[in-house]
Amino acid sequence: MSNAAAIRPGRPALPEWVRRLPEYLMIWVPLLLSAAHLISFSLWTIWISFTPSTLVPVSGWVGLRNYTAVAASRNWQIAFDNLLLFGSAFVVLSAATGLILAILLDQRIRGENALRSIFLYPLAVSFVVTGTVWSWLLNPGLGIQKLVHDLGWTSFKFDWLIDRDMAIWTIVIAAIWQSSGFAMALFLAGLRSVDADIVKAAQIDGAGPVRIYRRIVLPSLWPITVTVVVIQLQFAISTFDLVRALTNGGPGIATQLPALVVYDLMFQRSLLGRGAAAAVLMLLILLAVLLPYAAWRYVQRRRALHA
Amino acid sequence: MAALSIRALSKRYANLEVLKDIALDIESGEFTVLVGPSGCGKSTLLNIVAGLDYPSAGTIEIGGRVVNDVPPKDRDIAMVFQSYALYPSMTVRQNITFGMECRHVPKAEQEKAVANVAKLLQIETLLGRKPSQLSGGQRQRVAMGRALVRDPLLFLFDEPLSNLDAKLRVEMRMEIKRLHQRIGATIVYVTHDQIEAMTMATRIAVMHQGRVQQFAEPDTVYRYPANLFVARFMGSPPMNTIPARLEAENDGLVVVIGAGRPDEIRLRLRDYDGAAPFVGRDVVFGIRPECIAEGSRAFSNDAPVLVDAPVDMVEPTGAETMVSLRLGGETAMARISPDIRPVPGASASFALDTRRVCLFDPETERLIA
Repeated sequence: MSNAAAIRPGRPALPEWVRRLPEYLMIWVPLLLSAAHLISFSLWTIWISFTPSTLVPVSGWVGLRNYTAVAASRNWQIAFDNLLLFGSAFVVLSAATGLILAILLDQRIRGENALRSIFLYPLAVSFVVTGTVWSWLLNPGLGIQKLVHDLGWTSFKFDWLIDRDMAIWTIVIAAIWQSSGFAMALFLAGLRSVDADIVKAAQIDGAGPVRIYRRIVLPSLWPITVTVVVIQLQFAISTFDLVRALTNGGPGIATQLPALVVYDLMFQRSLLGRGAAAAVLMLLILLAVLLPYAAWRYVQRRRALHA
Repeated sequence: MAALSIRALSKRYANLEVLKDIALDIESGEFTVLVGPSGCGKSTLLNIVAGLDYPSAGTIEIGGRVVNDVPPKDRDIAMVFQSYALYPSMTVRQNITFGMECRHVPKAEQEKAVANVAKLLQIETLLGRKPSQLSGGQRQRVAMGRALVRDPLLFLFDEPLSNLDAKLRVEMRMEIKRLHQRIGATIVYVTHDQIEAMTMATRIAVMHQGRVQQFAEPDTVYRYPANLFVARFMGSPPMNTIPARLEAENDGLVVVIGAGRPDEIRLRLRDYDGAAPFVGRDVVFGIRPECIAEGSRAFSNDAPVLVDAPVDMVEPTGAETMVSLRLGGETAMARISPDIRPVPGASASFALDTRRVCLFDPETERLIA
């Protein structure tokens, strides 16, 4: 306050809270609005999931009936199985792809900046676009299979998109294409933060490149790996637009995912209560991933403080 | 036997020449310190010796074998880094055995070697810990253990003490010196700290702008600095270097500071015959602060050389009093007894030790005598 008075003599100093008003407005208003938005709609969805609502929300109490109905439906069971397969395959493969790309880029190659941008670029594309483009590429009569046929190899077959058992893998492929660049960026930052002297020391100790990566560099990357896995996992759980554009859950319901089930129940079949129950189940799956992660982060930070 | 020979070595990055025609011969068992200001090329030179960087020209011999094309692991060297460079995910024991593991040394032998080194460095109780659980001094010990366990022909130290606090640095300095005396290893040690160089080295290579300015025993470097750079770099505070004129008088040489001024100072030199060709020319007169003392000090049995000089500033350090004074108009530092405190602004009498002064050629900056 004395500072302000000294800078502008003759003007009465404003009270503290008036001077800081812009800061409060900038921080607290958006924070409160978004928090209220998130929490109130979550609570509202939870409440709806216990009501017999169909086309419009109605009050009433049906206990866990919506949940048992959703859990018993074939649609949800397939969606849940698909989520397990898609989630684990996507997370493991995109992290692995990202790590390999990062290690290759870390060899001080020429054109690194250009390559890095190229690998990161899919991230800038919306999932709907990714889904649509890959649906063309994977369409047997339009994309890769057609191209190979036109080149003369007519017995070539690549029709996963319309294959009931393989269609889920097309989503895995598109999702990896979209987000392995993100994993690469995080891993590359981790590789670059390894002290150059440590690598020199290992060279003098007689370790070859493979041993240096395996014994020294990669062990230091595991906190980054956890972060990558958690971020990709929560993306996998909430995947909607990619599947909607790529397979729309098909063929049949072979590539159904929980978010599609929620959409289907709420807006196609007008079963608000059941849709809400499915949404709450998704939220629970998400929490099952995020809460252990938050706990892990907390322990890490405590340990760092005491070290 | 020469443990390390560097011949006609140079290093350039694009248009920047960082090392110019370096030649060093280091005997087995020597503790050589490469010292110089940052950017003088000393760390680059060490990296080239280690094989972590390549020379643009010249040869490096370790133990009589040219190693220019030999990878670091086969050069029979061990290196201690400024950042310690311990492997963060390994325990202290694994850090020490990693090199032996790479060289497929049998387990039993590894155990024995670790036990020996751990005992030597007193880190037995730390063997199970990770580097993150160690203090700076402990990490330093482990880094040295990793080097010692290899028992190499040549130890390379890259500013190993500069990340430690002042007190620990002095302790570790003594410890490294003791270690050298005990195991008689050949050490090349890089530092920017001239006190580390003076206290530890058997020979010092002073580097500046990619060249070795002087390569000699610490006493020689201190007493007979090869040029003005070395004179001003070694010693704290450094040697006073004052423009002066050399004249001949009654068969002797006289240094004149501030010629023609009312406070002109004339100092008679004895046994500086080498400077005779510079009679009648400008020289740079070098005198160490400890060679200027209070007027009552007797440097020798001869008649004292006394001057009256105005005092600029007084800095008592406890062990001594540092005085900034003016000699013939030029500023100089003096080191006088701690209990004497001249008054700034007033004149005081100072005794000069003219047996230990240096004369430099102002054009080439080289030592004349």
